[in-house]
Amino acid sequence: MPWTKIQADEAGRPGIFGASAGTARELSYRDAIKEALAQALERDKRVFLIGEGIDDPGGVFGTTVGLKEKFGRDRVMDMPIAENGLTGVVNGAAMTGMHPVMIHMRVDFLPMAMDQMVNHAAKWSYMTAGRVKVPVTFRAIVGRGWGSAAQHSQSLQSLFAHIPGIQVLMPASPYDAKGMLLSSIAGDRPTLIIEHRWLYDQTEAVPEDPYFVPSGKALVRRPGKDITIVATSYMVYEAMRAAAELEKADISAEVIDLRSIQPLDGNAIIDSVKKTGRLIAADMGWKLCGVSAEVAAIAAEHAHDKLKAPVRRITLPATPTPASNVLEKAYYPTFEDIVRTAKEMIGNV
Amino acid sequence: MRKEISKDILQKLFTTMLTIRTVEERVAELYSEQEMKCPVHLCTGQEAIAAGVCSHLAKDDTIFSTHRSHGHCIAKGMDLKPLVAELYGRTTGCARGKGGSMHLVAPELGIPGTTAIVGGCIPLAVGAALSSVLQGKRGQVSVAFFGDGAVDEGTFYESMNFASLKGLPVVFVCENNNYATNSPQSARQPAVPIVDRAPAYGIPGVAADGNDVLAVHRAAGEAIERARNGAGPTLLEFRTYRWKGHVGPTSDIESGCRPADEHEEWLRRCPLDRFKAYLREKDLLSQHDMNHVTVEVERLVNDAIEFGKKGPFPDAAELYDHVW
Repeated sequence: MPWTKIQADEAGRPGIFGASAGTARELSYRDAIKEALAQALERDKRVFLIGEGIDDPGGVFGTTVGLKEKFGRDRVMDMPIAENGLTGVVNGAAMTGMHPVMIHMRVDFLPMAMDQMVNHAAKWSYMTAGRVKVPVTFRAIVGRGWGSAAQHSQSLQSLFAHIPGIQVLMPASPYDAKGMLLSSIAGDRPTLIIEHRWLYDQTEAVPEDPYFVPSGKALVRRPGKDITIVATSYMVYEAMRAAAELEKADISAEVIDLRSIQPLDGNAIIDSVKKTGRLIAADMGWKLCGVSAEVAAIAAEHAHDKLKAPVRRITLPATPTPASNVLEKAYYPTFEDIVRTAKEMIGNV
Repeated sequence: MRKEISKDILQKLFTTMLTIRTVEERVAELYSEQEMKCPVHLCTGQEAIAAGVCSHLAKDDTIFSTHRSHGHCIAKGMDLKPLVAELYGRTTGCARGKGGSMHLVAPELGIPGTTAIVGGCIPLAVGAALSSVLQGKRGQVSVAFFGDGAVDEGTFYESMNFASLKGLPVVFVCENNNYATNSPQSARQPAVPIVDRAPAYGIPGVAADGNDVLAVHRAAGEAIERARNGAGPTLLEFRTYRWKGHVGPTSDIESGCRPADEHEEWLRRCPLDRFKAYLREKDLLSQHDMNHVTVEVERLVNDAIEFGKKGPFPDAAELYDHVW
């Protein structure tokens, strides 16, 4: 598919978190995911992967390539296009001793599985007073660009994050992609990991040995003192680029990578806003009832007296995703929107 | 050729059916006290299916059931005390009062839980079957109990498709009581027997009288045997009738939900009376033994109710426990 390459190149801003020190091994986001899956399969017999076309030559944008050959069809399984039924199957397997990983090429297919994710996976521990856990991991990928349009590009984290009982993680970096996937697979909570297609070529130092990145912890990607930018997934990159631009205008921006939407690290937001007094929430989703609304609400509830300016939000416009390249460009916010907004807030336009 | 059913099995079937009947009748009777503060979906009149199917299951076989699950859980061996205590919302309940009547659970007995979303339990049972195959637990089976309403749902078809594709040891048990809440099957489905959907997925479909426990026992035995032997899934359809309304302790006939003559006709086909008559006629269980079983069942049910009523309520702080 041409668009994957083209858009990755367009996006191509590798090493945004800084080059790794010394001889540390670098991995792409894609290979970090693949390594996590391979290590989980290697180390834990309870783990199996299932998803539409995960064993085909493309291997979910390269993240599952070669795994079927190495671990066999029983553990790297193609599946019928029956998202809800098969989510029920992995839930049932998880309730009876397995740790399945279900992979969706697009986040847009998750609404098909909403009943089993929301009514079953997310509820089971509570309904059974913790007697039966559902240790299932869902991977789903946000598409973007090349006219992906309304049903192949959605970023539905807030739909799922609303529901108690299911973790929603959005790793932005290769290191987090591997560590969050491994901790989710090894853990006993149902977890949705939302990836962004444009992150797959990003690289950074990734340890070879398995390691775990916990949920519920945001990360300061860049310290600053004038304004806080809380961002999710791909928007972290836009935020980092915006921070670099703002620096040229003598504005020191702190970038927080939220990483975990449910549970949410409210303290990281509050601590930063108390320091900077200004907040931009930059999410890949829509504004209404979205993650950006939650971030703004946390600041309003817990750091209101420290705010020097109203909270601003960088989100998608309230429309479905258009196909035409011109409309697409108008649709997605970029670092420039963040820069302009920050300058408006600080009065340095 | 039909295999003889041992006296032990016959007595077990009778005891299980009577236990389910007694529990459901006592729940209906006590419900007006308003101490069981959760909706109850009673299976009175449908006891033969739970008893007949579960009589073939071992402890490590798995069942998944629905909002109408008391009978299945009892037949699978669940202790009545935590079951009843759960209806009373006590910490002594099987889910410490977190689940209520619609979410009974006993993982150590092969009951990982029950779901109140119609059709939800079917793929879960397939998942348990996949689990046993992947874990190399040969001979272990999984059973999905569901109603004719679940046949309207996509998960029913998706589950049969996948189970057949992978040859999984799962038995689909459809209790066709002709109603999804108050909607009759004829308003929801074309006039095609439910079992006729099975061959489309390459699996056998077998229908039997759901009010004849011996017919259920026979059909379920064959299906479970197939599954244990690695021959794949089977769809069973048992025609039956619920005596009570969709939810709650009363019949819904007075409110016009179902025709009175239909209800009366099915009361005459009582699965328990029918089995009792058979046992007496064939001299398989004496009246004395039946009386003995009845007294014992009533004692157990009374004990369970007493246990349920006296259990402590959860501390309000427990609200936040068990989300994860």
